[in-house]
Amino acid sequence: MSSHALLSAAQSAAPPGRRAARRKKLWRNIGVFALLAGPNLAILLIFTYRPMFLSFYYSMLNWNIGSDFAQFIGFGNYVEWFNDPESARILGTTLLYTIATVAGGMALGLALALALNRKLFGRGIVRTITFAPYVLSGIAVGFLWMYIFNPNIGLLRTVLGWFGISSPPWFTQEPWPLIMIIIVTLWKHVGYVALIYLAGLQSVPQDLRDAAALDGAGTLRVFRGIVLPLLGPITFFLLITLTLSALQSFDLIRSMTNGGPLGSTKTLMYQVYVEGFQIGRGGYGSAVATILFVILLAVTAIQMKFVERRVHYQ
Amino acid sequence: MLDGGLYVTLVIAALVMAFPLIWMLLASFKTTPEISAVPIQWLPQEWNLDNFIAVANSIPIGRMIFNSVFITVVSTFLKVMLGLACAYALVFVDIPFKNVAFMIVLFTLLIPGQITIIPNYVLVAGLDWTNTYLGIILPGLASAFGTFLFRQQFMQVPRSLLEAAELDGAGHLRRLFRVVVPISVPTIAAVTLVTVVGEWNEYLWPSLVAKSPDLMTLPVGLTHLQDLEGIQNWGVLLAATTLLTLPMLAIFLILQRRLVAGLTAGAVTG
Repeated sequence: MSSHALLSAAQSAAPPGRRAARRKKLWRNIGVFALLAGPNLAILLIFTYRPMFLSFYYSMLNWNIGSDFAQFIGFGNYVEWFNDPESARILGTTLLYTIATVAGGMALGLALALALNRKLFGRGIVRTITFAPYVLSGIAVGFLWMYIFNPNIGLLRTVLGWFGISSPPWFTQEPWPLIMIIIVTLWKHVGYVALIYLAGLQSVPQDLRDAAALDGAGTLRVFRGIVLPLLGPITFFLLITLTLSALQSFDLIRSMTNGGPLGSTKTLMYQVYVEGFQIGRGGYGSAVATILFVILLAVTAIQMKFVERRVHYQ
Repeated sequence: MLDGGLYVTLVIAALVMAFPLIWMLLASFKTTPEISAVPIQWLPQEWNLDNFIAVANSIPIGRMIFNSVFITVVSTFLKVMLGLACAYALVFVDIPFKNVAFMIVLFTLLIPGQITIIPNYVLVAGLDWTNTYLGIILPGLASAFGTFLFRQQFMQVPRSLLEAAELDGAGHLRRLFRVVVPISVPTIAAVTLVTVVGEWNEYLWPSLVAKSPDLMTLPVGLTHLQDLEGIQNWGVLLAATTLLTLPMLAIFLILQRRLVAGLTAGAVTG
């Protein structure tokens, strides 16, 4: 503070020539900054911020994509969405998909991480194999699993047959299509979750565990008393990340079911696509996009609030 | 005893994770009767490229591979460059209200791409940029994630190094590429790899902009192939799926450590 005051006092006392030089340097810096940061910031403003505000404006229009006619209808699209019985169903599907993939992913990922945390032969290979699907295209993953789930020729039919189970109607009858997409999402994400947990587990100090073990704590007690609390922040991070990714999930649904059959795998995100680009209702689609955005922001706000509180505790 | 159970679990887990990919590879060499054989036929009788040839007869697959490679390379290069330049300016060039610029970058991380597609599509269509590389590449070029990670890395760079370079008469670009970049290679490599994977797999936006097969990337071409061939022509569809997935699998296996570091960077920083 005092150094600031000194600095500004020195600045105001500087002779005019030095001040002009300083001003010249400032303008040069502004020029350099504009050249270096300008392009990135301009693209962000044009292709991220502009559409964010425009989307809200579009949501107030009765307007089809590609049409010159647009009528301002205020919150009419939102009123329509909240009164449409399909919306409750879409919201339910979105919620179910999100809860199942987030909870399932974290449970399976943690279990896998605990197994991989032990010094077992070949664990590096298993870690590599389980992470691989995370880097693959959702469209491709959807295709290859459609082939596996196929009730007539699919591999899964044969595997289920070994246990005397007949293949359920994965593609045609509710709720199987949604269950199928949940399973594939878990397959794609479990390695990522496991790896994040593994990083956390490996940061648990070994001497802490040894001390607890010396005090006579069993494996389960060490896990519950020491490991689990230390994994808290990681669990929270995954909860938020997986929730945001589930709410925006698109590629798997697009390739496996197209939102069907009879809309049973249509999530909010998929509804934006259907309304905006298949039906072409740009205004209504933008309203759905805005609703999705508000939900995503709410999730992020929860994260920020929690992170802030954690900082206060420290 | 306990380890024995663990091993069995891990082997099953590895099988569940890996076999679908092997199964895809096998199917791309099978004939239609082999694919629909009951009971299941595990291996193809003959290893030939018939399915891949059928793909090439149905869609311009060579062109699509070129599009995917071209768009991925150009997008990644420009995105990393834009991110490096922006992060350098944010850290090392002093101007008033610099934090506003940083907030613009930071807040972008909260805006989901999905909310931007309808307005961006209207803009790109209005400019007649559909069916152009420009329309596919430009809207996604700005990098918030990369800029953010680069900025964090650059803040670790000792100021004295830059001051020394400045005294030697090095301009900003020289300072960026001769001083800052060489000591930030791990971060740059991680961001580059994550961007490559993201661009290669990107589906929704290119599927909206590329309406002609000549502009389609591989993922878009794959759903296009499905529309043409029908859902049951599995050998052909899975041959194309193999072409789409193998490059990323290869990159992942070769550069695993750096790629994983990038993909999990959020957990470390957040």
